[in-house]
Amino acid sequence: MASLVGSRVERKEDKRFLTGKGRYTADINLANQTYAIFVRSPHARASIKKLNIDKALKSSGVVSILTGKEIADDKIGGLIAGWAIRSEDGTEMKCPGNPPLAKDNVNFVGDPVAVVIAESLAEAKEAAEKVEVDYKVLKAVTSTADAMNGDTIHEGIDKNLCFDWLLGDRQKVKEAFDKADKVISIDIINNRLIPNAMEPRACVADYNAASEEITLYTTSQNPHLSRLIMSAFGNVAPEHKLRVVAPDVGGGFGSKINVYNEDIVCSWAAKKINRAIKWVAERSESFLTDIHGRDHVTHAELAVTKDGKFLGFKNETIANLGAYARVFGTVTPTYLFGPCATGVYEIPAAYTNVKAVYTNTAPVDAYRGAGRPEATYTIERLVEKASMELGIDKTELRIKNFPTAFPFKQTLVHTVDSGDYVAGMEKAKQMADYKGFEARRKESEAKGKLRGIGVTSYFEACGIAPSAAVMSLGCGVGLWESAEVRFNPTGQVTVYTGSHSHGQSHQTTFAQIAADELGVPIENIDIVHGDTDKGTFGMGTYGSRSLAVGGIAIVNACKKIVEKGKRVTAKMLEANPEDVEFKDGEFIVSKSNKKKTIGEVAFACYLPGVRDEMKSPLPEGDEPGLKETSFYDPSNFSFPAGTHIAEVEIDPETGHVKLEKYTACDDFGRIINPMVVEGQVHGGLAQGIGQALYENAEYDETGQLMTGSYMDYTMPRADNFPEFNIGYTCTHATTNPLGVKGCGEAGAIAAPPTVMNAVIDALGGQEVTMPATAEKVWKACKNLKKSNAKAA
Amino acid sequence: MGKISLEVNGRKVEKEASDNTLLSTFLREHLQLTGTHIGCDTSQCGACVVNVDGNSLKSCTALAADVNGSKVTTIEGLETNGKMHPMQEAFKKLHGLQCGFCTPGMVMSAVDLLQKNKKPSDTEIRDWLEGNICRCTGYQNIVAAVKEAATKM
Repeated sequence: MASLVGSRVERKEDKRFLTGKGRYTADINLANQTYAIFVRSPHARASIKKLNIDKALKSSGVVSILTGKEIADDKIGGLIAGWAIRSEDGTEMKCPGNPPLAKDNVNFVGDPVAVVIAESLAEAKEAAEKVEVDYKVLKAVTSTADAMNGDTIHEGIDKNLCFDWLLGDRQKVKEAFDKADKVISIDIINNRLIPNAMEPRACVADYNAASEEITLYTTSQNPHLSRLIMSAFGNVAPEHKLRVVAPDVGGGFGSKINVYNEDIVCSWAAKKINRAIKWVAERSESFLTDIHGRDHVTHAELAVTKDGKFLGFKNETIANLGAYARVFGTVTPTYLFGPCATGVYEIPAAYTNVKAVYTNTAPVDAYRGAGRPEATYTIERLVEKASMELGIDKTELRIKNFPTAFPFKQTLVHTVDSGDYVAGMEKAKQMADYKGFEARRKESEAKGKLRGIGVTSYFEACGIAPSAAVMSLGCGVGLWESAEVRFNPTGQVTVYTGSHSHGQSHQTTFAQIAADELGVPIENIDIVHGDTDKGTFGMGTYGSRSLAVGGIAIVNACKKIVEKGKRVTAKMLEANPEDVEFKDGEFIVSKSNKKKTIGEVAFACYLPGVRDEMKSPLPEGDEPGLKETSFYDPSNFSFPAGTHIAEVEIDPETGHVKLEKYTACDDFGRIINPMVVEGQVHGGLAQGIGQALYENAEYDETGQLMTGSYMDYTMPRADNFPEFNIGYTCTHATTNPLGVKGCGEAGAIAAPPTVMNAVIDALGGQEVTMPATAEKVWKACKNLKKSNAKAA
Repeated sequence: MGKISLEVNGRKVEKEASDNTLLSTFLREHLQLTGTHIGCDTSQCGACVVNVDGNSLKSCTALAADVNGSKVTTIEGLETNGKMHPMQEAFKKLHGLQCGFCTPGMVMSAVDLLQKNKKPSDTEIRDWLEGNICRCTGYQNIVAAVKEAATKM
């Protein structure tokens, strides 16, 4: 039987999506359901003086209106930060309360203050207009860089500072800098982004008075984690009385990790009114209230010798948390950022200091790459600048500082098990025709255009897992993953996974893995996820962890099935279990022609007896049935890496940047389905290039979101991209049995510095902030003309 | 309220709807054709594209009453006798979709392109799909799928 792992298997999930039969949360309608509209603060910072619902209550079709007072009276808990981070001085981080409905203060535009529940959506909207809120408007804090000098947003949190965190050794870094021939320094802004999954958030909550159970259908990347948080911290219902279902989910990119206000409010309210409640975000609500990403202001320095060896690295960053710290809000700018900021290089001394600040903007949390794009942008912009200042070729300078052996003990935290960064660089250069660039630059110049080339070498720590490691760093839960493999008596297999697919193709790739492990045709394998009443438990999908953690749990559960199958076969065929081998779905007694198929073994496990004989196929100690579970907790993160190369052409007359070529050469370890991996790379690149050239979330000084719709926030479109040139080097991970590493975030991590390095190269080294819009680039072109004229 | 009569996916339908009902809402809420998706509120994303009397249309830009009497095809109506349309097949073969949310609008828009331009170039495909936003695929496999479908239609 040919192995399915490594094959371009077409997706099992596609037919339903292509024929309009997907079932997303907004497609769900329950009998006798009501509709919710949230009344949201129009101010970035205000205290609520008075909230009057009298008029709204009299509006047609209104079922109930609930406010911050009722939710507080019912002792429903608020939203939480999932990671506890300590400051350099040892003090714990400072987090404000974040009630699901604000009672006394609002802290960003969109902060909900009340929910209106009515018989129809139109009636709910009309009544919501009649809720009167008297606000005392206060001065908003919106700037990341100046947040520590602004008014105190949350009582008791001085300087709006959540924590002042340090990773690394300042003294060692000082000593390294003292020895340096040259110090390269850079000031950069990692622009704020809005994830913009195409499916707006939604939820449908239902209460069953007979079983006293709440069911919440919601757009989540991790339904079990949502249930845990809503139960343990939200006090919505005990876990066994709360079912969370995340059906088809239309993209997440990190924005659907969090439990949101609406999930808690609708679940709580459904029980209160004893009816189902449906809420679907309008896109403008998504812009205002989905978590945002990035938003760092960084000063970084690299100490080098004159022949280009890196000696030391320092990174001083202010990270914007927005109004509240949410699930991955505090880890994203710390442990997902700091360790990766030294990049793929041997740097003897390094530190990263992060001051995380509150502002009156939407909460900032994990968005595709989460911390690692910011880290990679910092080091790779710095390295590119070093290559310009030292006059050393940008690829040679990188190679000179790559680790020479693996495992590679990275400067700050990680031990990278495997990789070959030089091979990745060489292959990328070949794919991109790096040698031919100067000729292409001349061709562009002949047309009056400026051409630049940019390089990035990255690694990232993903497969976010090892429980002991993450919990030691402050994570509130262990990040293992579970799988359950159930054989039916007639031979089909259902695999329950705690990972969640919202585009990642688990229904196919996980089935490929199980098919290979069990020797069962892929058509007979179903992958089930996204329902807390079905799978045992799961930590969900983010941080490129589905395959490297969830996939391995499936492998391990399958291996347990095979072990039991060997014992049963031995009993059935009167052989020693040690003599039974398993291959391609058959249990074979070695050196004999005796064998049983896995289907026969499954059947025997469920029907363990024979007519007219007192005989069981089950060995002593084995129970009937064929079902195994695995809770897999890896020993390490996984470390994808690669080199990307971009070429841009700039029209100095208009400032328009055209991305001419984009080459990505990645090492994801073993690849399960090349077609799916290509798709993940393409999508990540589009988001990364979007950050570099198009996307930017902007608030004005009063805290109004200036980019609150697709008319203002530039989403990349089909005509913004060239055809991507992608390739791989594959060094297998040594820390898991499949040798896999993860591929979901690579594009979003590597593309921003790759593209910006190319833009800045074309502009003769002039710094431009992301996104490199035509206006900014046009101004830089004018400066370039001036300085060229002066030089002449 | 008024009576809306349409031929949707070859079937005559007649429903009462308030005058301000958008075609997208009418399809989703009145006919339970939830394959047509709503991804924005500014007619930018294209997830709601359907075909009305031979042309693709963002169904959130039209009132149901405005297209009264029209022939409408939605993503649910593209199959013939349980066999997927060549565009649907091509999207599947070339991984032109991931989360599936933008897909119905993307496919409906692409089908209309090939009705109007049988052999579009890469640039023409990318220009045509400018009104359909996809956040997952980076568009490359969508472009490839449209080209593939062009060889089969």
